[in-house]
Amino acid sequence: MKLQRNGSKALAIGAMALVGSLSLAACGTDDNSTSSSGTSAAASGAAPAAQIACGKGGQLLGAGSTAQTNAVDVWKAAFGSACSGSTITYGGGGSGAGVQQFNQGKVAFAGSDSALKPAEVDASKQVCAGGQGINLPMVGGLISVVFNIDKVDKLVLDGPTIAKIFDSQITKWNDPAIAALNPGVALPDAPIQAIHRSDDSGTTANLTGYLAKASGGAWTYPASKTWAGKGGQSANGSAGVSAQVKQVKNSISYVELSYAQTNSLKSAAINTGASKPVDATAANAATTFSKAKIAGTGSDLALSLDYATKDEGAYPIVLVTYEIVCDKGNKADSLDTLKSFLTYTISDAGQQAIGAKGYVPLPKELASKVQAVIPTLA
Amino acid sequence: MTSSPPAAARGRARRSRSDSRLGDSIFFNLSRGSGILLLVIMAAIAGFLAYRSGIALSKDEGNFLTTFEWNPDAPKPVFGIAVLAFGTIVSALIAMVIAVPVAVGIALFISHYAPRRIAQPFAYLVDLLAAVPSIVYGLWGVLFLVPHMDGLTAWMDQYLGWTYVFDQTQAGVTPRNLFTVGILLAIMVLPIITAVSREVFRQVPRMHEEAALALGATRWEMIRTAVLPFGRPGIISASMLGLGRALGETIAVAIVLSANSVLSLHVLDPGGGTFAQNIALKFNEAQPFGRDALMASGLVLFVITLLVNGAARLIIARRKEYSGANA
Amino acid sequence: MSTATTIADSTPQLRRNLTTARLPKWAPAGVALLSIGLGCAVGAGAGLASHLQWGIIAAALFVVLSYALSARVEGRRQAKDRLATAVVWVAFILAVVPLVALTFYTVQQGLEVLDGNFLTHSMKNVISSGPGGGIYHALIGTLEQVLLATLIAAPIGLLTAVYLVEYGRGRLAKWVTFFVDVMTGVPSIVAGLFILSLWNIMLGFDYSGFSGSLALAILMMPVVVRSTEEMLKLVPNELREASYALGVPKWKTILRIVLPTAIGGITTGVMLAVARITGETAPVMMLVFGADAINGDPFNGPQQSLPLYIWQQYSMVNNDFGYARAWGAALVLIFFVMGLNLVARGIARWRSPKGGR
Repeated sequence: MKLQRNGSKALAIGAMALVGSLSLAACGTDDNSTSSSGTSAAASGAAPAAQIACGKGGQLLGAGSTAQTNAVDVWKAAFGSACSGSTITYGGGGSGAGVQQFNQGKVAFAGSDSALKPAEVDASKQVCAGGQGINLPMVGGLISVVFNIDKVDKLVLDGPTIAKIFDSQITKWNDPAIAALNPGVALPDAPIQAIHRSDDSGTTANLTGYLAKASGGAWTYPASKTWAGKGGQSANGSAGVSAQVKQVKNSISYVELSYAQTNSLKSAAINTGASKPVDATAANAATTFSKAKIAGTGSDLALSLDYATKDEGAYPIVLVTYEIVCDKGNKADSLDTLKSFLTYTISDAGQQAIGAKGYVPLPKELASKVQAVIPTLA
Repeated sequence: MTSSPPAAARGRARRSRSDSRLGDSIFFNLSRGSGILLLVIMAAIAGFLAYRSGIALSKDEGNFLTTFEWNPDAPKPVFGIAVLAFGTIVSALIAMVIAVPVAVGIALFISHYAPRRIAQPFAYLVDLLAAVPSIVYGLWGVLFLVPHMDGLTAWMDQYLGWTYVFDQTQAGVTPRNLFTVGILLAIMVLPIITAVSREVFRQVPRMHEEAALALGATRWEMIRTAVLPFGRPGIISASMLGLGRALGETIAVAIVLSANSVLSLHVLDPGGGTFAQNIALKFNEAQPFGRDALMASGLVLFVITLLVNGAARLIIARRKEYSGANA
Repeated sequence: MSTATTIADSTPQLRRNLTTARLPKWAPAGVALLSIGLGCAVGAGAGLASHLQWGIIAAALFVVLSYALSARVEGRRQAKDRLATAVVWVAFILAVVPLVALTFYTVQQGLEVLDGNFLTHSMKNVISSGPGGGIYHALIGTLEQVLLATLIAAPIGLLTAVYLVEYGRGRLAKWVTFFVDVMTGVPSIVAGLFILSLWNIMLGFDYSGFSGSLALAILMMPVVVRSTEEMLKLVPNELREASYALGVPKWKTILRIVLPTAIGGITTGVMLAVARITGETAPVMMLVFGADAINGDPFNGPQQSLPLYIWQQYSMVNNDFGYARAWGAALVLIFFVMGLNLVARGIARWRSPKGGR
């Protein structure tokens, strides 16, 4: 019985591996608060535990937009430190995937960088017994137009120019259209390496949404998650795009502010028609958010953003990610944790905590509307 | 699953026929059951894909086979596989053209050329390459390989540009093109092809080899007359396994390739796409209908794999009698 | 092998006295050095920036010079032999270059964070854009998922291969072969989606390590079947016939003669399959969900896995801390598969019939 002995050997090894992994389980730990090199959220002072009202505890699953992954990361660390009974898991599989998982009843909340479409709201009624899915704006962000040109630190662009650059109509950095916006800047006589997202993304949707409104017709495509412009190169995800801009001279692309910051990329200021060009900063984006109108009805707080804004100091290319939950009919076992988690995230402490990570804290007025909705969730 | 001492086993071998009949039928049914189970799983997946594809294809506003762009979630869904099929086949072809000869060379090196002391650890090291996760290949590819391909690409453009295929039309772009992807895929499939070929070469009947040598053949002549003919079906099978990975590779291609919806024969120009890469890039944000469309592209990949495998089976079938060793 | 090599080596000895001139023993090494020197000289002289080109020139020179030299001194047949040897050596070098580059790169990047803390801590309550945290939860997850997948796929794959080679003659065998072929080309994400639709949505199970294992098992099966099949075919029929002649029933012949003879190759095949699924990201992403905390139970609740962890750290965190963790995890993953490989090989060698090669 040679092989059978083999079989039992293999089984024994399998068993050993299992036992090994179990004994391994004994030596690993979830406790990162005391580790020497670890900085737990509580220790770094992101949120004093006292401000967080813990729920009953348990497992809370969310999924969706990758644009807010790092924000949720900060929140769940703070929340988890304060409420040891709760485990929050956020699978960042993209907004589309998140909404589908939500509508399949697999996750308690979905993160999405666009509000639910009517068809999706209909589908959500299957999951939310007696209610429907609603959009709660939670994470504000901005998209900076990043560039990599030697010896050029400041660059001003406007909607039509950006549109033409990304549509391969302007192909040299010293093109008169760019030079006119940047008097006194020595732009190189080099081809522009325009890099766009190769994957479908909310970032592309927001940028093209801006271009469709504010390029004076230079951008002939509709706003879309799929890139439509001509020419240029592409890269996968904000991380891939950032790496390319870093690597390739004379390149230009668009990423969320946090990626521009962590990769030390230079961001262009936008000439919106206001008296002076608007820099890509969180404060300038907050100005735009404070002017946003609420398009949703009832407890649905979907926003309509004004990409064509000409207000002083209002950065036009902004994006907002929503948490999508049921207004009624949330899962009973996680509802309590969901409410306490969202209460924390929209609180001042929660919003300030992500402000340091390249996001834009939502203006108080808007935040208070969200705060009013959360207790009504059922 | 009890282990019995050899003596007892020998004794049992002489037992009555009915006993062995029972054993035979149990074992036969067990193995046939596995085959059927596998069949059912595979058929279920194929059916699943076909079903979802059917939904998608019925609403495609473009021609599925000739359309370049991929935009199934637009108000007017338009999507086609022309670019993807081209990119998949070209990159896999480049990978196979590079990987198969090199892998066979390495396998021969390990089995017939290298001193045993080098061969064993080296064989192990090559297997190690198979263990590297594709995401690491992707990161390594974009951070290390792509910058190192710059010079080679320019060189090929300069001296082989007249072939049209190796002509680079855009100046100064990073070589994140189908050619680089092909090379990366070649590195990725190398260990698979090497490992299987190596095992096959090791099984070459010693008698054949010694007979060849005894007739005064040089080492190469021995390999050509005794080893390679014996190993050919194995090499083809190994290549098919490698090809399967090259065709279906997702993350590494998605990271390295500068994808777009342009079909260009200039393999040194950034652009193009592959099925698996397209699925990975579009899947996250796809609406349910978009997912169906991606499934349809997955089905095409199925069919391509099938055709290639079928061709390989035909070649192997010519020497169906596997009595490996009439030694 | 050793015998064959000795014979090959001793043949020239025999000939040297009888026939024409031979190149001295150091000739290949000399040619190699010469061509490397020339390659560098040409590369530097022509100002070629990429060292890849230097290497290619040197390799081409080596092959051509070996052939030319041998053709002059030893004659065409020997020259061909030299040519083949040169080409095989070049193939070896070609494989070593990326291998060393990749390993070196990973080790260099990965060692930065690799310490006891990294190995024994999870990411729970760690802000990933900062320092700290570890891969413990991902390691456990990968271990369990791969183990479960192997437990499912390896027996099914092995038995199917046995069926195809030893029994399969009819239409069923044809169909199985057909579908195994198709399966080798399934993009991993499709396998993940299939399990998602069937297991998680239709049957209503929650995300867990086990649903990830199911998808991984699907990816693993065709590789196991295909490679095992190939190895079983190589077992000489004479062995089977000898066994039957002694009155040993078929099943026992397969178990005691055929499988042990091929065990080395089968192990290699299974290990290849394990190596492949261990590095899979896409199906794991949608099925095991990627938890931050340790979850030792693969059947309940979200787990983490190493490739997914690497992907998250690279693409989401995207700063130096994230990169360091990603490379550290990659290094651990490679070591993990390497160790597994070593164990499997040990078993295979220990169990394979002695006196073979």
